[in-house]
Amino acid sequence: MLAAETVLLIGCEKEMALIEFKNVSIDFPIYNANSRSIKNRLIQIATGGRLDADDQGLVHAHALDNINFTLKDGDRVALLGHNGAGKSTLLRVLNRVYTPTSGTANIKGKIGSLIEISLGIDHEFTGRENAYFRGRLLGMSKTQMMNSMDEIADFSGLGDFFDMPLRTYSTGMQMRLAFAVSTMVSPEILLMDEWLSVGDENFKHKAETRLKSLVKSTNILVIATHSPELLEHTCNRAIWLEHGKIKMDGDPKVVGDAYFGT
Amino acid sequence: MFWPKAAILDIIETFKDLPLVGMLGWQDVRHRYKRSSVGPFWLTASMGIMIATMGMIFGKIFHTPLKEFLPFLAVGIILWGFISTATTEACASFALSAPLIKQHSLPLFLYVARVLWRNMLVLVHNIAIFPIVLLCVGKMPSWEMVLCIPGFLLFLLNFAWLSLMLGILCARYRDLIQLINSLMQIIFYATPIMWMPDKLSQGSLGAYLVNFNPLYHLISLVRTPLLGGLPTATNWEVSLILALFGWTASLLVYARCRNRIAYWL
Repeated sequence: MLAAETVLLIGCEKEMALIEFKNVSIDFPIYNANSRSIKNRLIQIATGGRLDADDQGLVHAHALDNINFTLKDGDRVALLGHNGAGKSTLLRVLNRVYTPTSGTANIKGKIGSLIEISLGIDHEFTGRENAYFRGRLLGMSKTQMMNSMDEIADFSGLGDFFDMPLRTYSTGMQMRLAFAVSTMVSPEILLMDEWLSVGDENFKHKAETRLKSLVKSTNILVIATHSPELLEHTCNRAIWLEHGKIKMDGDPKVVGDAYFGT
Repeated sequence: MFWPKAAILDIIETFKDLPLVGMLGWQDVRHRYKRSSVGPFWLTASMGIMIATMGMIFGKIFHTPLKEFLPFLAVGIILWGFISTATTEACASFALSAPLIKQHSLPLFLYVARVLWRNMLVLVHNIAIFPIVLLCVGKMPSWEMVLCIPGFLLFLLNFAWLSLMLGILCARYRDLIQLINSLMQIIFYATPIMWMPDKLSQGSLGAYLVNFNPLYHLISLVRTPLLGGLPTATNWEVSLILALFGWTASLLVYARCRNRIAYWL
């Protein structure tokens, strides 16, 4: 009886997460490009989405083209693809930054992003202040941040530097702070661009443990990667993007072999 | 009728977490003056000196007693400081917040409110000049001054829609930023800030035309009570109608463009 209750409680901690993409396309208008400068439109481009000009001569980049998939609780998805295949754009659609130009993206669940975690850091402010700013932007309340400040200071291991301006930090120290704050949140959908590896040997170990438990507790993980090991160990599904289209979607072993084999 | 639900929700979401707006605004002001000991008061000091100098010179040129002219000029210049920076910075509100916008799915009106709040903080510093001016010319404060508060709220309501509109349009049309910058100079001279509207001869074309300047009415809402007078009914009416139409237009544009803003950055 007790055991059943415990299980129920753990199950209730998080809401169900669901991601449904139906015919999602993303077109970027490029206002300062001249359509005449796009030579040989017929030649297959090596990288990036398809470029196109409309009737008025306005250039569009088709970053994503007719994407369909459904992700449910427990999915650990690897996004594969060459540079410019649309991985980052897809992650931004998942992060609700880009609304699809056409089609529908139905995203249910709290989203956490570990992409470019050190972006937006203000070098004139102290570690404590930066931690506060970033935590608030990530959706934590004032009290939540006040309560977790000691934990962030402790985890980042910055000691007295926590109250020094960030311009006095080394790159590694900045990353440690950014990592400590960004991994505070516990989202239902976790977005990542490659596995985060932060700091020196000592910190790396701590970070690895924290990251693994975060990945474990999240309902859905979507991670863009170029690493066959990550694909094998962490993911149970792989989506291969090419020129903004899904080339393959399925078992990580099968998709991985096809992708890395080429 | 078309109802801009998503746009209104976005603005409501912003208001739900006003401390976040406050934090970003403070961060901006503090960043700007981080290693300076007097901070934003640098701006206040230079504005105070400008008011004193201009007051002496133009008071002589216009043959206006300082007791009347200096408080008028002080309020005008302080408000203009807010108007010009709030307007020009509003043009870049989305563009400058691009890294944040592309990383977080926060309501976009947040970035407009951030710029407004940042400029209000600077305005609060500059207000310190006004009592000093009153003291210098020996003018007593009067109860009408309280009316500057509702006046300022309506003034702000108008700048909120203007900021939103400019933020959207300038994110899409980058040339607009330059255009607004050069327009501000002209607007400064065309608006009664350095010159008093009642010094225009009665019935002249100028006295007639000044009523068509919406900024004159908005400024009057705050300035007249501070100088011990009451804003006219026309001041209130024009400002209210402007707020109503401005917000309607901005909400419609925002509803249409909100999802596109991230693409334009």
